[in-house]
Amino acid sequence: MFLFLLFTFIIEPPKNVKAIDNPNDDGNKILITWELSPSDSILDGYEILRRSEKEECFYKIGFVGPNRNSFLDENTEDNLNYYYQIVAVKDTIKVLSEISQPAKSYPQWFNKGKLIILLTFFLFGFLILYFIKRARKIELFIRRIAGLSAVEEAVGRATEMGKPVLFVPGLSGMSDVATIAALNILSEVAKKIAQYDVKLIVPNNDPIVYTVAREIVKEAYTSIGKPDAFNPDSVFYLTDSQFAYAAGVDGIMVRERPATNFFCGYFYAESLILAETGAQTGAIQIAATDSITQLPFFIVACDYTLIGEELYAASAYLSKEPILLGSLKGQDYGKFLIIIILTFLSIISLLFNFVIK
Amino acid sequence: MKVRFPLILCLIMGIIGMVAYYVPHKAVQNFDNELRNTALRIIFAFSLVLGVGSIIRHHWEKIKRKREFWEYSYVTLISLFLTAFIGLFGGIDGRGLIKMEIGKFSFDIQTIYVNMAIPLGATMFSLLAYFMASAAYRAFRARNLEAILLLVAAFIVMLASVPPVARLIPKLPYISEWILDVPNTAAKRGMLFGITLGVLSTSLKILLGIERGWLGGK
Repeated sequence: MFLFLLFTFIIEPPKNVKAIDNPNDDGNKILITWELSPSDSILDGYEILRRSEKEECFYKIGFVGPNRNSFLDENTEDNLNYYYQIVAVKDTIKVLSEISQPAKSYPQWFNKGKLIILLTFFLFGFLILYFIKRARKIELFIRRIAGLSAVEEAVGRATEMGKPVLFVPGLSGMSDVATIAALNILSEVAKKIAQYDVKLIVPNNDPIVYTVAREIVKEAYTSIGKPDAFNPDSVFYLTDSQFAYAAGVDGIMVRERPATNFFCGYFYAESLILAETGAQTGAIQIAATDSITQLPFFIVACDYTLIGEELYAASAYLSKEPILLGSLKGQDYGKFLIIIILTFLSIISLLFNFVIK
Repeated sequence: MKVRFPLILCLIMGIIGMVAYYVPHKAVQNFDNELRNTALRIIFAFSLVLGVGSIIRHHWEKIKRKREFWEYSYVTLISLFLTAFIGLFGGIDGRGLIKMEIGKFSFDIQTIYVNMAIPLGATMFSLLAYFMASAAYRAFRARNLEAILLLVAAFIVMLASVPPVARLIPKLPYISEWILDVPNTAAKRGMLFGITLGVLSTSLKILLGIERGWLGGK
């Protein structure tokens, strides 16, 4: 009894209870914050009570432990006033805070937390578009990418040997930009293959990618004036199962012995299974991926590897179209800008830490 | 029109995707979810029909023209039709249209998946261990400075993972951790910057119709 009375006097309620619409969301959420009770260290926690403008009394909607000063009410009706009260709880003793000001939840039309991403998008987008426009007027220097320069040699080798070229467009779907970049490469490679009259094999893992790849190869043959040379059987769907696909492609490599293997797009654990089998069949191999975890496997097992951004640069590099080449310049300047910003901020951070110490 | 229509469609869909990323409002999110879930599922279902058609055509042609290893195409086609038959009539867990059981053995998709697809997938995956050994042998030949650096770094990281060695040389795990946390992470982040810019550049070019490789370069 004595302890009960003592706690009743000792325990103080949390103060400054505020309720606001949870920012940057699709509504139905109110964020409640409060200043911790001075008796926080001995509390069991805080109960959160709520009353809407339609209701007469408060109802418990949640409980948080001690040292917590916020709660997200995720079950509100939009455009309806809600009042909140926080209760400091110790055993059976409950001390109520003041009632918060009314708050309404409503959906937002812009996520302010992503403003910096939008600004960065516009900045880099402007850089890329500026260089694309500039490339129409003047010739821009683009550094040599060994893997892409070898494409002509690789297709030539297949012609001389009379063996096919295998193109694997990765294991990702059409929603992955890496797959789109891989198909852009396929378009340029197919044009060269059509010129040399080499057999092309494109096994696909995704049915949507298969349909797009088929159209791309068909168009490539048409664009160089050889629509009849297109073999619809050269682009086919294999399976969507990861290792069954790896087994299927390995089988093609062992049976057909392609002179050149292209591995472009996004890959997972099957990357080394494909690349090692290709290396053992003696094919010249060119890989291009932005999958950082699979890059080491391609680097050791392939003759040429396009690392990360080079995958996206490939189609521009191969097509040699000035407008597309301009975008590469924009990318390079974008990276240069990032390096400058990071170096500057690192120096500032170092100096700041040094001054504080 | 054959070129312009896909380009306009691509631009509209790209803008919708972008707007949905920045606008949390339900009206936009619901529309985006509808597109992503319902519309994409319908497109996938149609493309799957084309995909299965491609498999059948590819292997049927092989059998018809008696191309090299044409006998294996029978295995593929029979497996395809048999699995489809079991899936259609035996169902996922044996409770399909027809009761397909012999004793306690049930012919259904789950049985095929557990007893065939998983072991076969695991077999292919296990090959990775042998391929890793042969790839590592090739990578660790000290041909030039980069290969030597790779060899030394890999040697330290591998040794640090072996408990007796880590006990003998207590500083080794710290060196290994530093290699992974500092130079390795720095290189990864550098690549990520390039990849992000590449994705941005490719997306912009596709949305604006500058890059048309995906349309066959028309």
